[in-house]
Amino acid sequence: MKIELNGAERDIAAATVAEALDELGFGDRRVATALNGAFLPASARPVQRLHDGDRLEVLTPMQGG
Amino acid sequence: MRDFYGVTLPSALMLGTARYPSPAVLEAAFRSSGAAVATVSLRREQGQGGAFWDMIRELGVRVLPNTAGCHSAREAITTAQMARDLFDTPWIKLEVIGHADTLQPDPFGLLEAAEALAADGFEVFPYTTEDQVLAQRLLDAGCKVLMPWGAPIGSGLGLNNRYGLRMLRAAFPDVPMVIDAGLGLPSQAAEAMEMGFDAVLLNTAVAEAGDPAAMARAFALAVEAGAAARAADPMEPREMASPSTPLIGKGWL
Repeated sequence: MKIELNGAERDIAAATVAEALDELGFGDRRVATALNGAFLPASARPVQRLHDGDRLEVLTPMQGG
Repeated sequence: MRDFYGVTLPSALMLGTARYPSPAVLEAAFRSSGAAVATVSLRREQGQGGAFWDMIRELGVRVLPNTAGCHSAREAITTAQMARDLFDTPWIKLEVIGHADTLQPDPFGLLEAAEALAADGFEVFPYTTEDQVLAQRLLDAGCKVLMPWGAPIGSGLGLNNRYGLRMLRAAFPDVPMVIDAGLGLPSQAAEAMEMGFDAVLLNTAVAEAGDPAAMARAFALAVEAGAAARAADPMEPREMASPSTPLIGKGWL
């Protein structure tokens, strides 16, 4: 299935967001997620299924003012 | 010092974490200044996120995530939700930007986002202008802290509208307020504290100084001096001179 990860197209086998994060190499990294522009809490990732064309944003702590 | 959502901070200096020449310099700036709060953002992973977060945690300061770069209430609300999930804090520095050149807050989007976030349990630090009407609306929306700008973000122009800031301070004497953005020099931070503001938040003035750690320390001293001066009840200025040395007993020469 093809999804968009942080603006880049990726081909993944994972069925859920949690599985996708593993597959995409985020492992147990500290990240925040949004699916198709809506906030997706960490607790919902194991049950949130992905669909072809979904847009997944994976954000991490960064410098800010 | 007034508290921020029930938290009394050990220092009235809040520092941003962006634009430093290196992570080591950023760390030195925090250590030399004793800044109590670090602002952070959420961005797409570029290979540095993990190390940055580890370093911030080791500083032992309170983290204030921002919604920098958001130009709509919807975007800011989603970013705030993601920040709470990630940083495990209800604090959010709410920025809804209305103009690309001045980075001036969009008062309408700001209020909409503040209402939604406060109702959702966030402790909102709204980055706002010195507008009193907007301030009242933000307080009505549930904000218990205000962060009026000194000058446009990154400009270093200092306190652009002293009259407006004085009026804002006087209008809401019990509301904790942080001067956020636009400060370039420690003297401006001292003045903000002398005017009765409770803290200052700055980034570029320290990060882009030739010696960021030394400048951070200078700001910390200025903030302390300004707060001490405010507490000491300054004299009223007057137009005419008034001799400080007694005239009585002056010799007849």
